[in-house]
Amino acid sequence: METTLEGVTIHSPGSRIRRRAGLIAWYAIAIILAALFLFPIFWSTLTSVKPPAEASAAPPTYLPSSITFDNYIKLNKYGAGIARYIFNSASVALITVFGTIVLSTLAGYGFSRFHFPAKNVLFIMVLAALMIPFQSILTPLFLLMSMVKLQNTLIGLALVYITFQLPFGVFMMRNTFDTVPREIEEAALLDGASTWQMLTRVMLVLVRPGIITVAVYAFLNAWNEFLAALIIMTQEANFTLPIMLTSVRSGYYGAIDWGALQAGITVTILPCIILFLLLQRYYMQGLMGGAVKG
Amino acid sequence: MATASSVIVKPARRGATLSQQRMIAGFLFVLPAVLFTLAMFIFPLIMTGWMSLHNWPLLGQATFLGLQNYVDMMNDRQFWASLWFTTQYTLLVTPPIFILAFVLALLVNTALRGVGVFRTIYFIPVVIGLGTSSLLWVWLLNDRVGIINGILLDLNLIQRPIIWLVDKNLAMFAIIVSIVWKTVGFSMILLLAGMQAIPDELYQAAEVDGASYWQRLTHIMMPLLRSTFALALVLSVIGSYLAFDQFYIMTRGGPQNQTITAVYWIFNNSFTYYKLGYGAALSIVLLVILGVLSIIQLRVLRDETTY
Repeated sequence: METTLEGVTIHSPGSRIRRRAGLIAWYAIAIILAALFLFPIFWSTLTSVKPPAEASAAPPTYLPSSITFDNYIKLNKYGAGIARYIFNSASVALITVFGTIVLSTLAGYGFSRFHFPAKNVLFIMVLAALMIPFQSILTPLFLLMSMVKLQNTLIGLALVYITFQLPFGVFMMRNTFDTVPREIEEAALLDGASTWQMLTRVMLVLVRPGIITVAVYAFLNAWNEFLAALIIMTQEANFTLPIMLTSVRSGYYGAIDWGALQAGITVTILPCIILFLLLQRYYMQGLMGGAVKG
Repeated sequence: MATASSVIVKPARRGATLSQQRMIAGFLFVLPAVLFTLAMFIFPLIMTGWMSLHNWPLLGQATFLGLQNYVDMMNDRQFWASLWFTTQYTLLVTPPIFILAFVLALLVNTALRGVGVFRTIYFIPVVIGLGTSSLLWVWLLNDRVGIINGILLDLNLIQRPIIWLVDKNLAMFAIIVSIVWKTVGFSMILLLAGMQAIPDELYQAAEVDGASYWQRLTHIMMPLLRSTFALALVLSVIGSYLAFDQFYIMTRGGPQNQTITAVYWIFNNSFTYYKLGYGAALSIVLLVILGVLSIIQLRVLRDETTY
């Protein structure tokens, strides 16, 4: 009679069975949904290692008769070769990551720890880009890039991406600096550290989680972006992977090499998934940081 | 007294220079980001407005037109068709994303073993590119080599392959399925975060009062999730209104330009016909529409939250 309400429900035999059935149902639904979510990616990757004839078979076959990398070899025959496009995408993404981190960390530190005239106006100006879709300024950005002779260059595209990443980066870094207790700075100041030393020797270590978050977003967005790359890059040798894939899809003389396309898709999406799995914690922090703001 | 005042004044003056130094230092720290924003964002934004008043070819001299581009827009059938199509797409894609995201969030809002793995798996499509996922779906949906038709045929659900991306309505349906797959994890995580912010005591109190699961859901969780719904809705609607990649890749705007979205029409004018001035005018209109949309959404949802 002394058992709690919860105790009674758990110990009654009927509800134990119901609980068991509920658990099994939960896992069954969760697993079926997981299979549905993973299937397109799994199917593409599996097809990329099928023999080319099976990869292009109509109607499609299910399991491969053997595993080969022939589709990857065929993929390499498009344009300037797959290595070139991986290099293009990686360069653009890494320049974007580097530029975004440097600009955001400096600005985040400045906005978080210093007082100067027009600070709020400048902060709102930098953040305004969050509310204005980049699609609406692509036309002048394209002209601007042509004017400074950066159209059709990896640096030019990276500069455009840094612009898109900067509002989130500055916002994220300002918030990260805000979480560092002021006592740490005061102690370092007493030890005679200069402002610059404070940033590089003391603060950088403390705000590293924020920097990683900004870097993950910068990398993924630069690696995946389609429309700006389509506009800025007009020569095939400078294409990034997503743009290059559309020309694989167009095929030679209209015949689409489906196996090569799946090889290209696999090469393009695998780095994103691996990076996300490794740095998931930082990615989610960024999502929540943005969500709190809204 | 003289010594006393000099003792007081000296640190004060030193303090002033220090704070001035800090002021300059702070300004210098934010300067690179500010200059970058001015050059790459504010300047292009102003330039969009300026270009929209011109006939601006890719090569050659721009000529001033006044508001002629905006007048032309009124008579541009494709402009209105694109706006209407984008609106239709947004209205059709938002409910399935929301319902499924809510159901998924309910499913993974538990402490059962392995739940983290499922959250991660449902989220994975979010981190791949939209362009790449659109190409993936072009292949999955293909009438000859696509596995979706393959499975439907093998299960005898259809007699001959469905050519998904050539008919406007079928294409809309197929694209919505692909977009739900690609983006639902994002809304799921936002809703899940909202759900987890609700204290357990509220549910426990309701349970003691004899409230059923459904009652707890509709009377406690849903009202408290309103601001989360608002945020997720605004992000989703704006994202849908800016749709481009999926239509450029999956339907190429066809058949007969029936699936040209607003951004697609800007793209075509600026970068296919090289009517940069007209493209800029279209961009300005899109900006205004999106601004109005987000203000309305935030107003409506905020008013309700205040009870």
